[in-house]
Amino acid sequence: MGNILEVKNVSKYFGDDSAVKNVDFSVEEGSFFSILGSSGCGKTTLLRMIAGFLEESEGDILIHGDSMKGVPPEKRPVNIVFQTLALFPMMNVQENVAFGLKRQKLSKAEISSRVTKMLKRVSLVGFEKKKVTELSGGQRQRVAIARSLVMKPSILLLDEPLGALDRKLREHMKVELKLLQKEIGTTFIYITHDQSEALVMSDKIAVMHDGKFEQIDTPRNLYKNPKTAFVAGFVGDSNRFELQSQEGDSLEENSLLTKGGWEIKKPNTGSVDELFIRPEALILYPKEDREEIEQFQVIIKTILFDGSNTKLSTVVVGTAVGTNEELEELLISLPQNAEFENLEEGDQIPVGIHRDDLKCF
Amino acid sequence: MRTKGFNYTFYLLIVPVLLWLVLLIVLPHLDLLISSFQIENDDGLKVFSLDNYVAFFTQKIYWLTFVKTAVYAIGVTILAFIITFPIAFYLTKVVSKEKAGFLILLLLIPLWVGELVTVYGWMVLLGDHGIINHFLMNIGIIKEPITMLYTNFSMVIGLLYMSMLFMVVPIMSTLESLDDSLIEAASDLGASKWTIFRTIIIPYSKSGIVSGAIIVFMLVIGDYLAPNILGGKSSLWFTEQIYNEFLSTFNWNEGAAFGFLLLLLSSSIIWLALKLSGQKLGKVGA
Repeated sequence: MGNILEVKNVSKYFGDDSAVKNVDFSVEEGSFFSILGSSGCGKTTLLRMIAGFLEESEGDILIHGDSMKGVPPEKRPVNIVFQTLALFPMMNVQENVAFGLKRQKLSKAEISSRVTKMLKRVSLVGFEKKKVTELSGGQRQRVAIARSLVMKPSILLLDEPLGALDRKLREHMKVELKLLQKEIGTTFIYITHDQSEALVMSDKIAVMHDGKFEQIDTPRNLYKNPKTAFVAGFVGDSNRFELQSQEGDSLEENSLLTKGGWEIKKPNTGSVDELFIRPEALILYPKEDREEIEQFQVIIKTILFDGSNTKLSTVVVGTAVGTNEELEELLISLPQNAEFENLEEGDQIPVGIHRDDLKCF
Repeated sequence: MRTKGFNYTFYLLIVPVLLWLVLLIVLPHLDLLISSFQIENDDGLKVFSLDNYVAFFTQKIYWLTFVKTAVYAIGVTILAFIITFPIAFYLTKVVSKEKAGFLILLLLIPLWVGELVTVYGWMVLLGDHGIINHFLMNIGIIKEPITMLYTNFSMVIGLLYMSMLFMVVPIMSTLESLDDSLIEAASDLGASKWTIFRTIIIPYSKSGIVSGAIIVFMLVIGDYLAPNILGGKSSLWFTEQIYNEFLSTFNWNEGAAFGFLLLLLSSSIIWLALKLSGQKLGKVGA
């Protein structure tokens, strides 16, 4: 399938500040595309430009190959689900969902049949006459999505719609949204600062930082092969080490030295400012005969128990303990199974890591 | 917390309120109500009679004035809404917070000066030899001065000017709570500016509009200065009839009856307006 949305070298300036800097990407029809970034990175500005509430300072936005220059929001084939949901408080569920269809001057019968169908799809049958203020968070969410989807938009834009929900409900809605998108096949562009939302739901994710796209990739690739230091640090958890410059050192040819004095083999790729290691990439008690596994000893400082997310806080043996003001902490994921049950604070244990899992930038 | 003993604090706090309500509101109105059903007989004694009310319905001038007052008060209220809604919208949704604060202060100035002074100000503007006529004649649009003062027109201007602000404030406070994304959502769903105004903004600010309208209506229907000074002798405002009964003909009983009729009129119009707009008095008052 072709690209439904093309964003061509779009920039947005507010006075002297630039919120979006030369962003260029396209979205395939029927896909779930996420823009992931911390608050203030320009992702909402970008979304508002696609929706038509803001005009781009430079560049062009094409939907179905047509330029959207000068096309007002009400004329664009996109609909948006707002962060605040923006349900109309003076209308009931049915009137909210029918609002857009009424504006299209459709017949009463058609409006009512489309609204009913859409409410069925988001499992809100029986709630037609309820006031939106009487609904729970998840139901309000579904009304907002139904209100936009009933318009049959080419693209549905979602601006952190799960932000206001509690954690349990958010987990549930994540799955529900993904399934809904699969079922109806509308292109979703989803904005979030929550990497888990993006990773679970998306076909592709663009990581945005300081107005620019750092990387556009599948969730798996973003996690496995981050292209920049920012992505490595932002997507998933990472141990981050600053590296010493190697000029004039008596260091081995293909080794790295962290500021704390930990020497480790240099991976094949990457420049040499920062080193990122994922806690879950570290192997406890590795087999000794594997060539590609870097091996070293660590001392356990504390065990940070957090259920399935439990981690060991460790320090690599041989790093300059005491000389540095800050110890270089290395977090290691600790599987909650019987094998590692007897680990205790102060233990010295062997740890390994696959050379490909050392990410340098 | 409920205690079995006598709750002194509670009674200490309720006493001023009760005194106020009973001494200053309930008793005077009761007295007025009673005297509206009394006339003085030839011996100078007060006797029960319906004559005061009968007089109102038999004298054409009285109830014509009554109807005119009601119609004009409703008209001024509607005009005040039409004029102030864009102002309220502009002050809450368009300009920055700091600028809005300054502009609201400007709006308040006529209130500081007092109604009498502003009414005289309008006389200076609207008179036959006033500023507006003078200006229009100077630039040659008109040859003869237009009579604006001592007409219904000048009366309406005066009533509007003194009551408008009381419409702006409640509307502003409802509009302030209107989430901008509601407007954007409506526009995103294909609504034109007019549709957004009609289906989102107006219904949303209904409670503010109704409470503003009630205040303006009450102020206008009970106003005396603007009709009397700007409207002149021909203005026929019902408060003037009451004034005349009390202070010109010294027929206090008739005046009391008129006062009650005015109270009845304004309450029933407000009740009707609340019914029509589907609002509750408690909600609007809050």
